[in-house]
Amino acid sequence: MTALAAPPTAPGKGRPPQDPPEKRSRFRKGGGGAGQTMKGGWLSYLILGFALLISAFPFYWTIVAASRSNADLAQVPPSLLPGPNLIKNFDAVLEEADIGKALLNSLIVSGSITLGTVLCCTLAGFAFAKLKFRGRGALLTLTIGTMMIPPQLGVIPLFMLIAELQWVNQLQAVILPGLVSAFGVFFMRQYLVQSLPDELIEAARVDGASTARIFWSIVIPIARPGMAVLGMLTFMTAWNDFFWPIIALSSQEPTVQVALRQLGGGYVNDQSVIMAGTLLGTLPVLLVFGLLGRQIVGGIMQGAVKG
Amino acid sequence: MSLTATAKAGPRPSGTGPGPDDGRATALRRTWRKASPYAYIAPFFTLFLAFGLFPLLYTAFVSLYRVELQTSGEMEWRGIANYTALFTDEYFWISLRNTFTIGVLSTVPQLAMALGLAHLLNYKLRGRTFIRTAILLPYATSVAAATLVFAQLFGRDFGLINYVIGLVGFDPVDWQTGTVASQIAVSSIVIWRWTGYNALIYLAGMQSIPHELYEAAEMDGASRWRQFIHVTLPGLRPTIVFTVIISTIGATQLFGEPLLFEGSISGGISHQYQTLGLYMYEQGWGFFHLGRAAAIAWVMFVLIVVLVGANALLVRRRARKEAGR
Repeated sequence: MTALAAPPTAPGKGRPPQDPPEKRSRFRKGGGGAGQTMKGGWLSYLILGFALLISAFPFYWTIVAASRSNADLAQVPPSLLPGPNLIKNFDAVLEEADIGKALLNSLIVSGSITLGTVLCCTLAGFAFAKLKFRGRGALLTLTIGTMMIPPQLGVIPLFMLIAELQWVNQLQAVILPGLVSAFGVFFMRQYLVQSLPDELIEAARVDGASTARIFWSIVIPIARPGMAVLGMLTFMTAWNDFFWPIIALSSQEPTVQVALRQLGGGYVNDQSVIMAGTLLGTLPVLLVFGLLGRQIVGGIMQGAVKG
Repeated sequence: MSLTATAKAGPRPSGTGPGPDDGRATALRRTWRKASPYAYIAPFFTLFLAFGLFPLLYTAFVSLYRVELQTSGEMEWRGIANYTALFTDEYFWISLRNTFTIGVLSTVPQLAMALGLAHLLNYKLRGRTFIRTAILLPYATSVAAATLVFAQLFGRDFGLINYVIGLVGFDPVDWQTGTVASQIAVSSIVIWRWTGYNALIYLAGMQSIPHELYEAAEMDGASRWRQFIHVTLPGLRPTIVFTVIISTIGATQLFGEPLLFEGSISGGISHQYQTLGLYMYEQGWGFFHLGRAAAIAWVMFVLIVVLVGANALLVRRRARKEAGR
């Protein structure tokens, strides 16, 4: 919530016309809502507690299963507490599925995609929000129109393209297509329409600042919270991306998801080793979520109100 | 922020008159100012054209050719033969049916539960930031990780879920071979990952409903339940449409869950939970028929357009009906 909730105060008259006033006031109102004054009863807590239990149990179970042996898992009744084999299973999975290399590759891929996406989307979002140019409406419509179309559907020509470029099994085959985010452009545009007053740009123009100067010293500082939210969402999406990486890469140059696919593909039969791999592959993103979960929640909720 | 701007304006001498070559400079500057917006959208649109739009459109073209995985540079004209081959393949129809049934099995309970959870989350609660974050945790997990864990939990002989079912006194379920059972298992992974996300979207929608509406309803003596039906639901309609469309699109291209549930590209021994996405992968990367796979992708695209269109139409009709009342 905190990341996006408070757009800098600015006089209303300079707002661009394409943003209907009632929508803006709805956004402003964000905090007050339906049942905010009604307190939740014990039943609400009970149901929510149950929901949280279901959310969390698979994580707990991963830890339990990853720290036991295959024989333990085949016991009846099953043991519900963690066992002593965690390190041993980690060793096994590092050796058998090369999870170490996969983690490094995933970090490179997701990191590059995040940086590139945030940069491209802020540039384009700024142009769409505040600059006037011929074809702006049409290009924006094109961008938003394709936002809903799953990239999975273009996967065959994309594969032929990277095969032609001899990029199969190389990380750039996953990074470059990953930089295309129509959602990101739309997100940054909405953010800047709402939080960057036109007067500020006009004042800088009068002072003789070039557009590049304006972008660097006015737009970027204002856009930073939005860029942070987009960055977190992009990182998570890139880390978890599955379909394209398993096509473009193989076990020679895996990302975490490719390695997990290998693990689950019947190549390793030890269930506790598979769970150890799952745990290792999930930990980094859980870490990010643990640190920035509040901001991610806020980003998703704000995105929902705007979209 | 305005501070920075004024600070920059300050030291600039106000009396600088136009220099001798100022005319040309301004003209040049004006041209650049006209062109420069394109420089800002160029990085995105270059990538978008090369890796987004072009592959999407070229799929339709590829679907009319024979293209094999190993020799993806050679294309041989086939006309609509890829499509006729598709429509006479029994497994295409099975996977179309599965996509539909798994879509319904996963989307309907997911959105209904999300709506209920959002309603509860909208109360004044202790530790609500924690609850909101925790409920979104499954969304942060990858499809691969979630599916591997659920596949373990749904194990036929030693799975925890069958153990619990046994405790309650029922016979163990074969979650892999049964058509209905396996589809429920696959759907449950989707439900687990997305319910919290949708609940937060609904919560955001609920918070944007003006408070006065509830006060008015309360003054009219409406119960909490009636307030939910007559104030919350109508106010949420655009949000509900949004989540239905997003979930429909997600369900149409479902892939990772059925692939990793047993690690088989045909979605179980009798294709009992193979989806269109998986069928496309099987044709392209299992049997090496890229042309055929492109035809499947195009069918999925048309399907999505039709479903989303039908959705929008339905909503507009209902809205008109209600306005007429």
